[in-house]
Amino acid sequence: MRKNKKSSRIPSGAPTLTQKDFASDQDVRWCPGCGDYSILAQTRRIMPELGVPKENIVFISGIGCSSRFPYYMNTYGFHTIHGRAPTIASGVKMANPDLSVWVITGDGDALSIGGNHFIHLMRRNFDINVLLFNNRIYGLTKGQYSPTSEQGKQTKSTPLGSLETPFNPISLALASGATFVARSLDTDSHHLQSTIKAAFEHKGTSFIEIYQDCIIFNRDAFKQYTDKSTKSENTVHLEHGEPLVFGKEGEKGIRLNGFLPEVTTATNGTEAEANLIVHDQYAENTTLANFLARMSDMPEMPHPIGIFRSVHHPCYEELMTQQIAWAKQQRGPGEIDALLNAGDTWVVP
Amino acid sequence: MHKQVEQIQEATVLFAGDSGDGSQTIGTQMTETSAIVGNDVATLPDYPAEIQAPAGSLAGVSGFQLHFSSENIHTPGDTCDVLVVMNPAALKVNIHKLKTNGILIVNSDNFARRNLRLAGYEDNPLEDDSLTKYQVFPVELTRLTGKALEATGLSTREIDRCKNFFALGMILWLYNRPMEYTMRWIKTKFAKKPQYIESNILALRAGNTYCEATEQFATSYEVKPAQFASGKYRNIEGNMATVLGLITASHQSGLQLVYGSYPITPASDILHGLAQYRNFGVVTMQMEDEISAVGVAIGAAFSGALGVTGSSGPGLALKSEAINLAMIAELPLIVCNIQRAGPSTGMPTKTEQSDLLQMFYGRNGESPVPILAACCPHDCFETIYEACRIAVKYRTPVIFLSDLYIALGAEPWRIPNLAELPKIEPNFQTEVGGFEPYLRDEATLARPWAKPGTPGLEHRIGGLEKSDITGNVSYDAENHEKMVGIRAEKVARIAEDIPPTEVFGAPEGELLVLGWGGTYGTLRTSVEHKIDEGHAIAHVHLRYINPFPSDLGEILNRFKTVLIPELNSGHLLQLIRAEYLVDAVGLNKVQGQPFQVFELESKIKSLL
Ligand code: SF4
Repeated sequence: MRKNKKSSRIPSGAPTLTQKDFASDQDVRWCPGCGDYSILAQTRRIMPELGVPKENIVFISGIGCSSRFPYYMNTYGFHTIHGRAPTIASGVKMANPDLSVWVITGDGDALSIGGNHFIHLMRRNFDINVLLFNNRIYGLTKGQYSPTSEQGKQTKSTPLGSLETPFNPISLALASGATFVARSLDTDSHHLQSTIKAAFEHKGTSFIEIYQDCIIFNRDAFKQYTDKSTKSENTVHLEHGEPLVFGKEGEKGIRLNGFLPEVTTATNGTEAEANLIVHDQYAENTTLANFLARMSDMPEMPHPIGIFRSVHHPCYEELMTQQIAWAKQQRGPGEIDALLNAGDTWVVP
Repeated sequence: MHKQVEQIQEATVLFAGDSGDGSQTIGTQMTETSAIVGNDVATLPDYPAEIQAPAGSLAGVSGFQLHFSSENIHTPGDTCDVLVVMNPAALKVNIHKLKTNGILIVNSDNFARRNLRLAGYEDNPLEDDSLTKYQVFPVELTRLTGKALEATGLSTREIDRCKNFFALGMILWLYNRPMEYTMRWIKTKFAKKPQYIESNILALRAGNTYCEATEQFATSYEVKPAQFASGKYRNIEGNMATVLGLITASHQSGLQLVYGSYPITPASDILHGLAQYRNFGVVTMQMEDEISAVGVAIGAAFSGALGVTGSSGPGLALKSEAINLAMIAELPLIVCNIQRAGPSTGMPTKTEQSDLLQMFYGRNGESPVPILAACCPHDCFETIYEACRIAVKYRTPVIFLSDLYIALGAEPWRIPNLAELPKIEPNFQTEVGGFEPYLRDEATLARPWAKPGTPGLEHRIGGLEKSDITGNVSYDAENHEKMVGIRAEKVARIAEDIPPTEVFGAPEGELLVLGWGGTYGTLRTSVEHKIDEGHAIAHVHLRYINPFPSDLGEILNRFKTVLIPELNSGHLLQLIRAEYLVDAVGLNKVQGQPFQVFELESKIKSLL
């Protein structure tokens, strides 16, 4: 894997930060038991490990429950307007590429009102990290269906069930050209921390869909993936270079049957295992990642958790900086006097 | 032959043809040459709405009107002395603008049946007596250009595209203008296609020689240089002046320029213009939509850059929520609105001033935003620069208003000295001790600009109501009202930081003509005429519309009548009446067209 250098490291010798240094003085005000608490805790915990001074970190959010997040981080932060965090984050990053920029958003914020910005952020590939808290519901507005709610979902605004097909955020990000795409869970603190760290280390836009439990309006939406008794049957963890295996003992594997996946009973070292799909997160071609993103549309297939794709493409801000440097080299650094006096001029005595 | 040269004070020439006929090109070239030889110039390009409307159709007519003079002028002229038309449609659309006994040059090769029919002519107007009140010069432009370029080996199509330069060659002869500036331009323009250098220059010369040889025109004319204040000049269009103003503001302030935009007529040329200047460190970002375009500018401002976005009315409608965010977050942001005729998509290629109330009131809640308007093409430079100064000093979004008429119009511009320009000082907060995100400067009420990357100043801002001083989220009733008051007061105080209002003409008396924006030239010309007639009349043209200058109320009171002419149904009129309780009267025109001097004069006459 290509390790990418980050420009804004803490100088050696500086005092080490702890998670407490990243907590602001504001009281956290989510509903007790909300999945957001865990995501905040894991983010605060992992921040010191990133080695970035906190003045170089900026959290940008839109609107929604999750978007209160920046107020709780003792870094720079901007709680903006509904759906537009990607645009503001792009401007922050472009004007100062040394900053470590994080977008905090939700399923409504990123995929409904901000859907346009989301897809364009993915394809531009700024070095920005996007954490999408997907709870498949509108929380702040008190319980309407969201663009990730399942069809037929009964909510206040859809008492007879929603009519819409939900977005698959992973597929959407992949289709938009995202270079880092992952899924994690609010309750899995270790996985979430390591995924956030991997997103940070990826140079380019990193997208993490985080399943987040809204205990008030969509309780247990992800229970089958988080509950101890069912999660090993219902999820498969993506590990680069490893075959897709799951189940309590890792006794099941996934292989191809034609163009479709099927579950097989895989035991180590047998012929069956040789045919299992092996994950390749660094593949430039997105076929496998797309396949994995859609695999669990088949109810008998487990739900993938982990990094779907991680490839290195040049970042927008790098290309812009290069273009500026090139233009300066070709045409000389701009002289204002020459600029104002350009073209045909004449002197009136 | 003995060429008879008549001295005249001024002339107006209108070039018109199909959008592919190159009228804009030769119009611009004639403007450049006239400006360089020292005339004052004013131009009015008139584009068709469609990129390539069907050839020969009325909808496809593109025009370029140029007024040049040995006196100072402010408008492209109500009517023209010379009309050059490339086809019957151009004739039909423009003939009413030609003065009686004016010169009409017609490409007679294009007056075949088909083209006549497309323009809705039953009979060939060149053959009946419908044009008898003009001096008509039918010229076989297509055939003559073809002959002149026979030896070039170019295709008929390529040759045909040079005929506009034949026409320009004629006009340069008619006004005794040198061809050298146009030739120089042709050489630069076609540097990569040398075959077109030769052909266009040949066509230009052929047009010139044609006049010389055929003695078509008994007389040629000369317009002597105008009196200008001393200095170095160039010719400039409003959008280009805006571009230069922004780059200069960025340079003078030391702030990186980040321009977010989405293509829209007539603001796109600002994006195109800025994009050429990467070597000045200019970042232009063509975004996915209008909201995103203002979003990156706000983000850049938060990061400590000069964040600018530009659009036209419909784009501004989309940006309003984000402008409000910058307002409550109290970040510097420059928003350019190059107005066009609305509502909705309206008439994108026509001019209007109908966004003023949108700029004032088009945001939710109490949202005071300073508004500045440029009054003529070169004024875009100073006005946008001033908008940047105010935005940075007061940490506020500022709306810069221009309009299609001045954005695309051109005129001579005295190139400023950098030393003449006011300072723009970002004054970033770096001091950690005593820092509070909403602790204000006592004089300006501006809050600190503490950019990410500054150690010890980590803080959070956002669109939720702020607590005074700390900037923390607050739903406190008293605090909300207080913050609304502070934000209004901050904008109001800008009135103390702007120059006194210039009153042109009588210091007091019968009538004050009060205007803003691109109507300046017509208003000034009309008032000048009335002053010459001995009336106690004056003209005030507002650059600062929010806040109004602090001396404005007192000025209004010095006149018996206040007339507010606007290309809308009375926006400034409403604002002035509400603010000053003055019984001002309006002159309103909402046709997508600029005022004409005679319209102003007849209204003024009725009020005197
Ligand atoms: S409404 Fe739901 S998402 Fe919002 S804070 Fe409460 S539990 Fe969390």
